[in-house]
Amino acid sequence: MSTASELPHGGAAGDADVDTRHVHGHDEAHVHGHGPGGAAHGSFKGYMTGFLLSVVLTGIPFWLVMGKVFQDHQTTTLIVLAFAIVQILVHMVYFLHLNTSSEGGWNMLALIFTMVLVVITLSGSLWVMYHMNANMMPMSPQDMRNMP
Amino acid sequence: MTQATDAMNAPPAQGFYLTEEHHPENGTMLGFWIYLMSDCLLFAVLFAMYGVLGGNYAAGPGPKDLFELPTVLLNTSMLLLSSITYGFAMLEMARQRKGATLLWLAITGCFGVAFVTLELTEFAHFIHEGAGPQRSAFLSSFFTLVGTHGLHVTFGIIWLVTLMVQVTQRGLSPENMRRLSCLSLFWHFLDVVWIGVFTFVYLMGVLR
Repeated sequence: MSTASELPHGGAAGDADVDTRHVHGHDEAHVHGHGPGGAAHGSFKGYMTGFLLSVVLTGIPFWLVMGKVFQDHQTTTLIVLAFAIVQILVHMVYFLHLNTSSEGGWNMLALIFTMVLVVITLSGSLWVMYHMNANMMPMSPQDMRNMP
Repeated sequence: MTQATDAMNAPPAQGFYLTEEHHPENGTMLGFWIYLMSDCLLFAVLFAMYGVLGGNYAAGPGPKDLFELPTVLLNTSMLLLSSITYGFAMLEMARQRKGATLLWLAITGCFGVAFVTLELTEFAHFIHEGAGPQRSAFLSSFFTLVGTHGLHVTFGIIWLVTLMVQVTQRGLSPENMRRLSCLSLFWHFLDVVWIGVFTFVYLMGVLR
């Protein structure tokens, strides 16, 4: 009799426990979706995908350079640069969880703006300084003395 | 009369807050992201400097004489492993498991320390060979660019240890979770910068 009266009670308590846990879990999920992260925290699968892609995308350029696979250095340089750009994108997506909807799109907008500035800074500096270098370098002291 | 005015005033005020888009409660993550973008510009300028000065050896040692790619590969793998272990820490944090979070954070810190140690060993080796930052414009820009990245990682490790102490003392509170999310962005961002470093400085340096 006592066991019979306890069982349903215990069962009910267990159900309630499960219910609260479920609600709690849902609440947490909600907090994580919009709370401290802003962007989602990602998943185990996402991190592993990013990691394995990064390993491949790091390994191939090192192999190309260390194993001297191509005789032509320019080909290797271009391939290595392409791998770097792809790996940066992989990191952005799988590790930094960047997408067009995080923080209402402002993350992406800030990134695009920064990338525009980075491209202007890098290409502008290299271009201008290369031309200055090319025009200034061949001058020997002899040439300098004979300048008009 | 005053009550009626209050009643008329209250709904628009409430409405004002509610019509605001469903936005995160505070802008910490966005603000931190914008900080990272400014850091990105800092590195872009250093990369541009290296691109301009990287060929001026002043009859000193060049990249081919100095760089040892196996060491760089080891360094790169340390940073990549630290990235994935930080990811695991974030996943454990989302599950509110304090012990596992702290464990993964500690492993991340160890990889970070290994990275900085390897880099400092490399620097010490260069300086010992007479290839210090004052040797040539190439080496000045190399030490500035790679050193700035190493300094970022060092500060990241200090931040990591600080957060581990905070999590130990106060648990995975919303504040600590926000801080860990910021450090996560910072840590992964440094890995992104390192992709640029090992490609542009080391691999292309050896190819040049």
